[in-house]
Amino acid sequence: MNIHTAFSAGRLTLYLSGELDHHEARSAAGLIDQLLDEYLPRDCAVDMSGLNFMDSSGIAVIIRISRRLKDMGGRVWIENPAGQPRRVLDASGIDRLVPVAISR
Amino acid sequence: MNAQNYIKLDFPSQSCNEAFARTAAAAFAAQLDPTLEEIGDIKTAVSEAVTNCIVHAYPKEIGRISMRLRILPDGQLEISVRDWGCGIENVEQAMKPLFTTGGEERGGMGFTIMDSFMDRLRVRSAPGKGTTVVMVRALRQRRKRI
Repeated sequence: MNIHTAFSAGRLTLYLSGELDHHEARSAAGLIDQLLDEYLPRDCAVDMSGLNFMDSSGIAVIIRISRRLKDMGGRVWIENPAGQPRRVLDASGIDRLVPVAISR
Repeated sequence: MNAQNYIKLDFPSQSCNEAFARTAAAAFAAQLDPTLEEIGDIKTAVSEAVTNCIVHAYPKEIGRISMRLRILPDGQLEISVRDWGCGIENVEQAMKPLFTTGGEERGGMGFTIMDSFMDRLRVRSAPGKGTTVVMVRALRQRRKRI
């Protein structure tokens, strides 16, 4: 999987693309940790429009980002999930912990 | 009931095989003419079951995973994922949402997702001997193409 970033006015957007499973999750979590340390964002948006596949390992990555942002006094949310990743988000009930914004 | 068609795949519990297993399952299921959503559900359930073997059954070693897919006579797809790893002490507890022994890298959602994406889920396990997960999914019968 790949992660691209955009940073503006304290908001870090993480654009996830490809497949996020257990095999990919460890390196993704490490990279996201580095990005959060580097940018120290106030808000973090996780854009899933480019994600083709995600399983519960992706949910664990989201929970990890959520904990980090909470420690930093910031907010996190998910944007534009579609297809299979959206069904996994729905089944997991993650929206009780992290808001999910569907805008397209 | 005799199975109409089946495949059996054996592979070592290396995490790079997670993508292989779910892609192979999707390719086998394609003969049932599933919808895109059904393909996604099958890939998700296989990914969860295989990941459980890699993370929980063989935490400190590479072991054998055996995946079998069968098409049952009524067109249902049966997916069986077996390991010969450490087994589960308490299956009922392991299947509860958010329960995990996998630390903060895991979310404890694997069985919850398998259960919600499949029609039937059965887990048999014996500590020290291994675990077998059997899932069945009825695929929507669509009109056959001529």
